[in-house]
Amino acid sequence: MAEPMGFFTDTTVCIGCKACEVACKQWNQLPAAEGGQNTLSGDSYDNTRKLDGIHWRHVRFVEQFSEDRKDGRWLLMSDVCKHCVQAGCLEVCPTNAIIRTEFDTVVIQSDVCNGCKACIAACPFGVIDINPVSKTAQKCTLCYDRLQNGMEPACSKACPTDSIQFGPVQELRSRGAKRVQQLHEQGEKRAYLYGADEKMLGGLNSFFLLVDRPEVYHLPPDPKLPSRNVPPSALFSALGALVAAVIGLINFRNRTRER
Amino acid sequence: MIDAPSSTWFTAPPEWHWLIVLYFFFGGLAGGCYFLAALIDLLGRDRDRPLARVGYLTVLPCLAVSALALIFDLSRPDRFWHLLVEIHTGRPLFQLWTPMNSGAWMLLAFSFLALLSSLAAAAEAGWLRWRAPLRLRPPGALGTVIAIVGALIGLYIASYEGALLAFTSRPIWAETPLIGTVLVLSALSMAAAFLLLVGRWRAWDLPGMGALQRIDAQAIIVALLALVALIVSLGGAARALLSPVNLVLLVALLLVGFVAPLALRLRRDWLGGHTVAAAAVLALAGGFLLRTLIVFSPYGASS
Repeated sequence: MAEPMGFFTDTTVCIGCKACEVACKQWNQLPAAEGGQNTLSGDSYDNTRKLDGIHWRHVRFVEQFSEDRKDGRWLLMSDVCKHCVQAGCLEVCPTNAIIRTEFDTVVIQSDVCNGCKACIAACPFGVIDINPVSKTAQKCTLCYDRLQNGMEPACSKACPTDSIQFGPVQELRSRGAKRVQQLHEQGEKRAYLYGADEKMLGGLNSFFLLVDRPEVYHLPPDPKLPSRNVPPSALFSALGALVAAVIGLINFRNRTRER
Repeated sequence: MIDAPSSTWFTAPPEWHWLIVLYFFFGGLAGGCYFLAALIDLLGRDRDRPLARVGYLTVLPCLAVSALALIFDLSRPDRFWHLLVEIHTGRPLFQLWTPMNSGAWMLLAFSFLALLSSLAAAAEAGWLRWRAPLRLRPPGALGTVIAIVGALIGLYIASYEGALLAFTSRPIWAETPLIGTVLVLSALSMAAAFLLLVGRWRAWDLPGMGALQRIDAQAIIVALLALVALIVSLGGAARALLSPVNLVLLVALLLVGFVAPLALRLRRDWLGGHTVAAAAVLALAGGFLLRTLIVFSPYGASS
């Protein structure tokens, strides 16, 4: 297996240009939303709004302003599939459509997916959605085709500020730690890495440098694997079935006695 | 989302809507009907066999509706068989730890057993000239084995949706282990109600009808207790149930599915000869409302 590859997204240098979104769409031939009609969100300069089947990169605009608008800041984050080391989507897929590649990334095979949507409900980050053209679940592949040919993913290649950095995950982690230290030294004490350590789903191969709580960036503070719910749920379902069986048996046992 | 009570609030909806409600409803009814039919066959009186026959004959049409709903809910219905076959090798695909894959195999096995039992029921009713299928129903050894295995799989089909929904990261579904418990008890109540309804329609005066009425009432009471426990187990995530749509569904469920049928059981004189049928219709409507609430409840987190 090749070295695990991933993204380190430093949100403090993102300028919200959305070049990554455009590069991703262009390389992956993703269709325009609503037939190319220019639809404005109405309450933000961010008109993409979320990741879905035709937006595998999304630059989130977080607009934090005081009531009188005199004080404020923009938080900008280019969001993407996290390529979790322990991936919820991968463990729930009932058709084996979702695979882990030799680069330790998570890819949906469009020819296998039947659109059951289990992965959409399983992803703790809300990354996956149905592509209206293929009618299968789709998300960022970390440009698997480019990686196989020794190329860098389109989004990081296009990023003009190096907010999105691509490389071996271990190297990116040490680069991220240094950047956090640098920001702390410069007085930005709120800087931290989200998803860089193994506590979060075994580690996110796409991790982020943030300067506010994860929730502010629409990221879950404590994502969990869906599989942790199955044993208790199966146990209580079986208990329910047992109670149902006892109710049935009690009422028909009496009939047997009468017989 | 900044004040979200749980990390599940950040997930995207899989857009499982009415087809999944139908899948759960008819799957639950099929599982419950087979279980009760087998119980009547194994423990009931000979006079009750028509009730068991109705139970067996209900299963296959319910499973057909249920399977069609499941298939057409896929974004690619033409690829439904990918749930059972590894497409690159052509081998059977066993991913039994995923409830969707194990459920697909169980549905297939259950359909086969339901077909055998339906053939036996049809032969007993005189609809078939062929008499051999009579051996596929109790009291014979082969029929007994089929009925017991089918009853167990029926209970599985009626309850596994809880694990199916829990195997996600969605609000409500991933926050409680009790969804399957409520669903299987509701399935028992729905099946008893359905058999009672057919019994009243055919004007049968069978000894098993009384047992079915008691089963229906007891299942409703225990399901209500399980539903209360489910809501308590949600903790802060129960906030999603307070959305306007979820609140309306919850109140309607409590009134239609629990309070009204139990009241009719207590006051049999309210609707005269129609009391049993009315209570049964309400129990079935309650089962449908319960599944509607469960399937749509996560949307309350985003409202």
